[in-house]
Amino acid sequence: MEEASVQQAHVHAPPEGFLRKHVFSLDHKVIGKQYYALALVAVFTGMILSWLMRIHMVWPNAKIPLLEHLTSAGAPGGIITPEYYLSLLTMHGTLMVFFVLTNAPFAAFGNYFLPIQIGAEDMAFPRFNMMSFWTTFLAWVVLMLAFVIPDGPPIAGWTSYAPLSAVGKDAGPGMEWGMSLWGISIAIFCVASLLGSLNFIATTLDLRAKGMTFMRMPLCTWAWFITSCIALLAFAVLLPACILLILDRHAGTSFYIPANLVISDRLQPHAGGSPLLWQHLFWFFGHPEVYIAILPSMGIVSHVLVNSLRKPLLSSRVVIYSMMSIGFLSYMVWGHHMFLSGMNPMSALAFSFPTLTITIPATVLTLIWLGSLYGSNLQITSASLFALGFISMFVAGGVSGFFLAQPSIDIYLHATYFVVGHFHMVMGVASLFGVFAGTYFWFPKMTGRMMSETLGKVHFWITFVGAYCIFMPFHYLGLIGNVRRYQSFVDDFMQPFLGVHKFVTFAALITGAAQFIFLFNLIYSRFKGKPAPDNPWNATSLEWSIPSPPPWNNFGGKHPIVYHDPFQYGVKGSKGDFVMQDSPEQVIGASGD
Amino acid sequence: MGKALAVVLVIIALASAYPIVTHRFPLPEDISTHGHAIDQQLNDTMWEAGLSFVAAQVLLAFFIWSFAGRKAGSPLKNFPGGAKVMVTAAFLLVGTEILALGVLGQKAWASVYFTPPKPDAIQIQAQAEQFAFYFRYPGPDGKFGGLHPDKIDEGNQNYFGLDPANDVDSRDDIVAGELVIPVNREIQLMMHAKDVGHSFYVRELRIQQDFVPGLDLSVHFTATKIGKYEIVCTQLCGLGHYNMKAYLNVMSEADYENWLKQQASQ
Amino acid sequence: MSSRIPPAISAGIGAFGPVRASGPAAVAQAKRGSTSSSGIWVGVFAITMSFAAFTSALFVREGTSDWSHLALPGVLYLNTIVLLASSATLEHARRMMATVRAGQGTRKASAWVIITLLLGLGFCAGQVLAWEELQSQGIYLATNPNSSFFYLLTFLHALHVLVGIFVLVYLAGRLVASHTTLRRSLVDNTAVYWHFIGVLWVYLLLLCRMKL
Repeated sequence: MEEASVQQAHVHAPPEGFLRKHVFSLDHKVIGKQYYALALVAVFTGMILSWLMRIHMVWPNAKIPLLEHLTSAGAPGGIITPEYYLSLLTMHGTLMVFFVLTNAPFAAFGNYFLPIQIGAEDMAFPRFNMMSFWTTFLAWVVLMLAFVIPDGPPIAGWTSYAPLSAVGKDAGPGMEWGMSLWGISIAIFCVASLLGSLNFIATTLDLRAKGMTFMRMPLCTWAWFITSCIALLAFAVLLPACILLILDRHAGTSFYIPANLVISDRLQPHAGGSPLLWQHLFWFFGHPEVYIAILPSMGIVSHVLVNSLRKPLLSSRVVIYSMMSIGFLSYMVWGHHMFLSGMNPMSALAFSFPTLTITIPATVLTLIWLGSLYGSNLQITSASLFALGFISMFVAGGVSGFFLAQPSIDIYLHATYFVVGHFHMVMGVASLFGVFAGTYFWFPKMTGRMMSETLGKVHFWITFVGAYCIFMPFHYLGLIGNVRRYQSFVDDFMQPFLGVHKFVTFAALITGAAQFIFLFNLIYSRFKGKPAPDNPWNATSLEWSIPSPPPWNNFGGKHPIVYHDPFQYGVKGSKGDFVMQDSPEQVIGASGD
Repeated sequence: MGKALAVVLVIIALASAYPIVTHRFPLPEDISTHGHAIDQQLNDTMWEAGLSFVAAQVLLAFFIWSFAGRKAGSPLKNFPGGAKVMVTAAFLLVGTEILALGVLGQKAWASVYFTPPKPDAIQIQAQAEQFAFYFRYPGPDGKFGGLHPDKIDEGNQNYFGLDPANDVDSRDDIVAGELVIPVNREIQLMMHAKDVGHSFYVRELRIQQDFVPGLDLSVHFTATKIGKYEIVCTQLCGLGHYNMKAYLNVMSEADYENWLKQQASQ
Repeated sequence: MSSRIPPAISAGIGAFGPVRASGPAAVAQAKRGSTSSSGIWVGVFAITMSFAAFTSALFVREGTSDWSHLALPGVLYLNTIVLLASSATLEHARRMMATVRAGQGTRKASAWVIITLLLGLGFCAGQVLAWEELQSQGIYLATNPNSSFFYLLTFLHALHVLVGIFVLVYLAGRLVASHTTLRRSLVDNTAVYWHFIGVLWVYLLLLCRMKL
């Protein structure tokens, strides 16, 4: 068994002054909250963008109030132009994937809870940590600038395929400075992410408290650790991709742009580049990225579930190995985004097999979660509802992957709404459910107050049913061949199905509105919520052994000693049916792992 | 509330399956020779995916129903067999599925991509540009003229950049805005992108292939039914992407020959 | 020291490892050192991955018809010697540090660190000379794909050298002001980074020579 050695001396002094305490804080908890706040702003922005898209899709000539004042070029008279629709689409994807799904489950909760859960005083490199948040913030500012420049945001989608993204303003509106701002923003984001991952890895390797062996780490800690390993490789490849893109756009190089292109009646002054190079580099990042988006949520859900079931999972070791396998396999499958891209068709089969194989650890996880429910003492709270909802959504989103993993079926379903349904269910819903579960679970610890369970449950029900109403129909639309990224449907065969789109739009508006209940609950409870005890959920991991909210140095200068894994539920403990990790008492009546 | 969730899960599972089971969103009719294999594959996958989906939701619902809100002090139980059963089940279920879908699915893919076009396939060149498709036929001499990007002149409908003044082969090339083909003949579509990435998608033909600037790609297919079918662009190519389409016009052999003659005389 | 770094690398780190002292403070210091050494190796790994991505871009680009040939400026070889020499001087400083106690004799080590950073600056100046030589032949960033890669790779590498130089300046400052406590791990980790930059340069030079 691995033993970690003595805890290090103080990483930094107690913060003094407003700026040090709340703005340029070295404290991982503050930084975690800052990431969360940024993700909150990004997710509501992204959600409103999606509303605009859905409204426009169903009522193309709708005059949206206020919009022409915000962006006269993109929505003259309040009517969204086709190019502005694509800008909304691009910014929606970029904000959601980078600033929400990489930030919230990973950077926000990971920063806040990883050090505490391993018994450390802070992250290994608090200064780098602070830098990584503010660099992320800078990336967000640069991205949002695209909204205010006259030509507007780019129209190439979050995937920014070359040569559309590489040639500059000839490619269309928003493709001059808008596209450049995108490239710069994402490059900055890569640097921030690399710094963050570095911190997570070093901290997990080296700052575990005495007795905190790897196998005694909570499952969400494992998820953050594995995710940071994936992120290190992934962002290290996206950064070069963006650099090459910026060079093609501004320095006249031709990494991605071949010869003889005539765009906007101009023969482009480039030659020899490869559009497929962008796709390979981007998806080599892009596929691990989606696992970066979901693994932390899997960890959070596992963590919340164990607590809610009042018994350990069937095997936490298997969960850990499954998460590791997913991480490992995620690097072998990127070509499944490129089956029809013109790359060697033989390679399609080479990518298809690991893609199908990833189903194995994903199924193992699902069966472990399901099997752990059996014989449990399931407690229903807002947090556990979202954890259970995650399982449902993960399955729903995952099974559509069977189809897309097969190149022959992908011939038909590629670039249709089937794909949109698939990735929204796994990323947009399942991953977000993990964030919700984590929020309801950890809010008491972070703020010292309880959230309203009533509002939480209302939020759950509307979101859960609403998300199915929005995204399940996308699969059906995909089956009939509804192509994606269209601002309106002029094809003859689509006319009979516009009613489905209307239904989805209404569901999206209602489900989106319910998120304001969540926002209200967050803000109201922060100030007026019932005071929270240190351990409101009778949980075992180290974060519940310290006050709510924790002091600046987490453990008050003490060095915790860990005696158990975090799965000691359903046992005869001195405080109830559980034994905390740092409690020296012997465990009676349960099997440790 | 656990029981309510269980009920809702089952309703959602059944409601999700309903449109599939009742064929409310049917695939368009298959007018190709290779499409049947793809449809079969899709059907098989739908069964496996559909059953997995419903089974998982129902199992989740059943466990939530049974184990949420139990009396305090109810005994905890472990799923019989524990994690070993789950891991074994996952490997067996998914493993067989992978073999079945992966190995069988290979055939459908192979029929499109690993078989070369027949020697007598009709060669037609497709050019994708912002925001239209154009098609070029070699004309009576059977040869395509060269492409000269500097000669492209949209205003004068020289979409391909042909140079008939200096290039003999291009003098009889036929350029059309519609992809006109004879039924039951193999077509080899040579795909050329003029500006950015596009894609060629005909649902009924079960064909989709990206146009990649700088790459000479081709697909081959045989249409089995006369009629007009939409060709749409499926690779985001700019503001007109949603409106970028053309028609595949499948004619009888005789009508096709007439059409060619008509075009050639223009 | 326990950590999950693979044994081979751990042994490598051990070669860089601080002298073992006794007592909890020393253990705490060793712990801190272990953390920063994990951090450095993780950082080295990330940088390696990025240059691997650029390498694969090079291989893809190499296949096209406009790939030509770039004659590398001769000064590059001189720069290589300068950079490798700087690794030697830093290593000398590092070993010196291992035999002194904090507060004594760090001034001598600081001299070698300063020599290292001067050599590093010399390397950067030499790289600028290489770029100027190419420019005098009319070869710029966008001239042909070979020159694109050359400028890109050498520029990015030089940026990483500059970062190292900043750290060396900081390190030299701390050493000169030898009354402050200096974590020996700071020297060790700076050395890891600096030697890595040297190895990376040799790799890039070979890559450019063989492929560009």
